Amino acid sequence: MRVWTKILDEVGAIAAFSGMFFQQLFQRPFEGRELIRQMDETGSKSLFLVLVTGCSIGIVLSMQSRGTLARFGAEAVLPSMLALSVVKEIGPVITSLVLAGRLGAGIAAELGSMRVTEQIDALEVSALQPFKYLVVTRVLACVVMFPLLTIACDMVALFGGYAESLLSSHLDYRLFIDQAFSSLRLSDVLFSTGKTGVFGFLVAIIGCYSGYHVRGGTREVGQAAMRAVVIGSLLVLLADVMMVRLSLILFGS
Amino acid sequence: MTEIQPEIEIRNLHKAFGERKILQGVSVCVSRGSTLAVMGGSGTGKSVLLKHMVGLMAPDSGEVWVQGKRVDQLDRSSLNALRLRIGYLFQGGALFDSMTVEENLDFVLRRHSTRSHSERTEQIQEAIAWVNLPHAAAQYPAELSGGQKKRIALARAIILRPDILLCDEPTTGLDPVSVRTVSNLIMRLKAERGITTVAITHDLLCAEIIADQATFLYRGKALAEGTLDELRTGAHPQLREFFG
Repeated sequence: MRVWTKILDEVGAIAAFSGMFFQQLFQRPFEGRELIRQMDETGSKSLFLVLVTGCSIGIVLSMQSRGTLARFGAEAVLPSMLALSVVKEIGPVITSLVLAGRLGAGIAAELGSMRVTEQIDALEVSALQPFKYLVVTRVLACVVMFPLLTIACDMVALFGGYAESLLSSHLDYRLFIDQAFSSLRLSDVLFSTGKTGVFGFLVAIIGCYSGYHVRGGTREVGQAAMRAVVIGSLLVLLADVMMVRLSLILFGS
Repeated sequence: MTEIQPEIEIRNLHKAFGERKILQGVSVCVSRGSTLAVMGGSGTGKSVLLKHMVGLMAPDSGEVWVQGKRVDQLDRSSLNALRLRIGYLFQGGALFDSMTVEENLDFVLRRHSTRSHSERTEQIQEAIAWVNLPHAAAQYPAELSGGQKKRIALARAIILRPDILLCDEPTTGLDPVSVRTVSNLIMRLKAERGITTVAITHDLLCAEIIADQATFLYRGKALAEGTLDELRTGAHPQLREFFG
């Protein structure tokens, strides 16, 4: 009973924290300079990791699927299968999970250390708005950058898949592109990529919440970073199940 | 004859964190232009007391008055307006790690002044020259020594020319030379600008240099008040233990 009360307290606190984000989102000052800095931190510094992840996913998926499809004489559908799996599911989820590890932990650790070294209090007593400056900018940066990084991951994964197909079966690139993209609907691409904006929101808000409320010292900062990764990743997976269900309702299979 | 209003007044302040009672009926009065040293051992509620003065904490009961305004009842915008009149020197400096010294000072300045970039740069140069670190502008906090960090933090605290300066352990962890340097800077502020100062310290050298009055906290209560000499010669065993 006590555990459930604690969990409900925490859920309520996170909901209130998210509510404050939406409340302050449209209030001045808009902190444009910091937002751009955070988008750079989130985007350009995560790009390499996302590209490597995407490339390896494409190569591995292509290698693993070829044998199985060949057994059923369906090797020709490999580009379509690759495109559908990468764009609709694997690309968005894997990108978000990788970013939950990198950014969720980073945000929680940064804000946590700012809290224990009283930098957040320093913003507060300088009559600045620490929530707006630190939280709103980071969350917004993740909401914008997650979909862009997912697009990059998807493209590199398809390129990796094609490269593997080229080496294995000398598949013509025009045939690969034609087959891959003919199986995709615009609604698939938009919805699957757009949902990573929601994942970005979840990862960032949990990271910010964990870091912003650190009490104590460096040990608590480490715990906050770990909690941000665990809760952020779980929420991404949970939200994905709900979003897939929603997409089936909206667009069919 | 009109009564002179104190710059800071705290009346019967109580604060607890859960079961732990931190402040138990503390009252403090600081007149304009004077310096109060709040002394006492670790964990006696000194920092908590200071945080109430700038609205970083809300009292469980009691009243906090600064410049005639009741801090614990101010709305957000009034509290922010009051905070612009108060400089706060944090124990560890609390300089923003990701910014250079110049950016640290400019960050506060550009949001609260309409001055141009060149005017602000000039003001920042003046401030860091005032704390005797004229060449530190391009350095990051991590590149500064403990004493230098405190001096830059002091420059940031006074960049908006506040009426009140609150210092949380301004000399803790510093060598005696740095203690004198920082303490003398606080004294200069009082002499040159008439700033009212409340300094939390258990550093006797610092207290000797800066304090007009002192309050000794023990287990969340103000055990003694008076000049530093009066506290030093006080009969209470806790005072004797503290002052050696």
